Amino acid sequence: MIESFSNGQEGVQNSVTDQATAARHAEYWRRNIRLLGALLIVWFVVSYLCGIVFAEALNAFTLPLSNFPLGFWFAQQGAIYVFVILIFVYVKLMNDLDREFDVDEGEGA
Amino acid sequence: MSVQTWTFLLVAASFALYIGIAVWSRASSTKDFYVAGGGVSPLANGMATAADWMSAASFISMAGLISFMGYDGSVYLMGWTGGYVLLALLLAPYLRKYGAFTVPDFVGDRYYSQLARIVAVVCAIFVSFTYVAGQMRGVGIVFGRFLEVDVNVGVGIGMGIVFFYAVLGGMKGITYTQVAQYCVLIFAFMVPAIFLSLMITGTPIPQFGLGGVDQASGMPLLERLNGLHQELGFGPYTSGTKSTLDVFFITAALMVGTAGLPHVIIRFYTVPRVRDARISVGWALLFISLLYTTAPAVAVFARTNLINSVQDVPYSSVPEWFTKWEDTGLISFDDANGDGRIQYVGPESPLTNELTVDRDIMVLANPEIANLPAWVIGLVAAGGLAAALSTAAGLLLVISSAVSHDLLKRSLMPEITEKQELMAARIAAGVAVFVAGYFGMNPPGFVAQVVAFAFGLAASSFFPAIILGIFSKRTTREGAILGMVSGITFTAAYIVYFNFVNPGANSADNWWFGISPEGIGTLGMLLNFTVTMVVSRMTHEPPAEVQALVDSIRVPRGAGEAHEFSM
Repeated sequence: MIESFSNGQEGVQNSVTDQATAARHAEYWRRNIRLLGALLIVWFVVSYLCGIVFAEALNAFTLPLSNFPLGFWFAQQGAIYVFVILIFVYVKLMNDLDREFDVDEGEGA
Repeated sequence: MSVQTWTFLLVAASFALYIGIAVWSRASSTKDFYVAGGGVSPLANGMATAADWMSAASFISMAGLISFMGYDGSVYLMGWTGGYVLLALLLAPYLRKYGAFTVPDFVGDRYYSQLARIVAVVCAIFVSFTYVAGQMRGVGIVFGRFLEVDVNVGVGIGMGIVFFYAVLGGMKGITYTQVAQYCVLIFAFMVPAIFLSLMITGTPIPQFGLGGVDQASGMPLLERLNGLHQELGFGPYTSGTKSTLDVFFITAALMVGTAGLPHVIIRFYTVPRVRDARISVGWALLFISLLYTTAPAVAVFARTNLINSVQDVPYSSVPEWFTKWEDTGLISFDDANGDGRIQYVGPESPLTNELTVDRDIMVLANPEIANLPAWVIGLVAAGGLAAALSTAAGLLLVISSAVSHDLLKRSLMPEITEKQELMAARIAAGVAVFVAGYFGMNPPGFVAQVVAFAFGLAASSFFPAIILGIFSKRTTREGAILGMVSGITFTAAYIVYFNFVNPGANSADNWWFGISPEGIGTLGMLLNFTVTMVVSRMTHEPPAEVQALVDSIRVPRGAGEAHEFSM
């Protein structure tokens, strides 16, 4: 494990000397943060807002095509479905971002 | 065949499978032992993570808890799944890129400090031990009830099995056994749920059945249950009794705690690449959500069934399962008004409640309450054991690697060879099995409570240190150490005060801002974040090589090389 640690460092020292790469990595990181922020807003809205803060108010409505009170559905079903979808969306967008900035790991292992 | 024969057969068959896998996947290096050689496929890792994560609490207790808590049970559903979004987005890919063996490994290197490493080791061992004792207890209860052996013998058998595959196979053995255990436990959870859903709502999919129509009354199921609750003086099932703020804080503590639990985090070290780490969190949550979206349906089915089968029934004509569970002391009836009938009513009813039901038995008793075939009951027993054993094994590995890798190799005895370290890891795992078994047989009275608090402790210690370690280069050694110490001390003090020092004061009137001890981890985490950031700004910035390390973990490329270079 020590080897892999120093190995990672060497990679970084090369990239630090290379100004263009450093700037590209900084831009990659900004885009990454923006993506995380957007996804975490959705995460917060479905669970903390729809499932908790506004749950009682949403219970006045029924989920279409079912008999679920809406707030209760978000808290015990809907939020979980959205969480799963969020992660798969993140994986797709992040892998695309890696390729766009040429920091992906290639096809081989 | 009788229930007991079926149970014995199914449990024995599943145990034989786990042992077979252990023999096939022996560990031959420390890399095998700690991270399964780093070559686990994302799909298999997702399944293993799901089994690792879903413990006796998820399988046996959660649906029962929700059944009695109604809407308030949502904290567990959202809390124990939402944490995976944080893991996928904020932790797993970066920790995989760093390529360590353990969580304290990362903390120690990122904060260039042996002290930080030791603090992390202590937190990891403490969190894992509280958790593992509860698992062994779960094993004992399943054995005791279904195979009618003594609880201690049950714990002993469980210890033997875990010892075999954890000590022999390390992470490699554990990973592939967990894949098998996931299949056993999800099958065992879904089969009765599907039966129940068909019986009550006529829909085979429990998630739809929950929002469906109760066939007996022709009313929407949830409306019917709310009606029953109102009649009997319980609050409405689909609305909560906890304050919104408390629900908010408990959910957050469970989510963040999930993302900070070391036995979950280390699972993402076992895949070959950063992108595999990302997708395997997705698979893990998909597999987990199968059980977590079924559990609230099981809760409602069980609740409706329970009320229908016991309320106002003469005690002399109760079903067989009732008497059986009465023997274990988990159901008790006290005929307060002497009319020979069971009055099961809530706090708002003018009548006196005469029935006490332990919520832990809802999942285990469900198939019997619903009169399902004998093999389904045996299957539930095997599933409960799979859930408890898979989580216990994952936790034991964290404890063993914390001792052999973080404490010995990286701190006290850096000169030991790979072979000696592997031996130390096996010995540590063996000792940990015995300590866990001891606590399973002689549970300190507070184990059940403490398990829930393990999340608060993980939330207030590891999570901020790891997140800031990745997302803020300016975070210093001093900041992280003081942050971890203040977060975990504050949280532990609040929990200990309200549960052990002054349990009489444990009510919403005395809680700070109305936050219960279950939710206080969120405040502890905020405290940790604040302390870490303020102290970091006041201390000298981290050395250049640490800042370079942070730059390198932010970019995926290069993780594959680390994997190949390692052994």
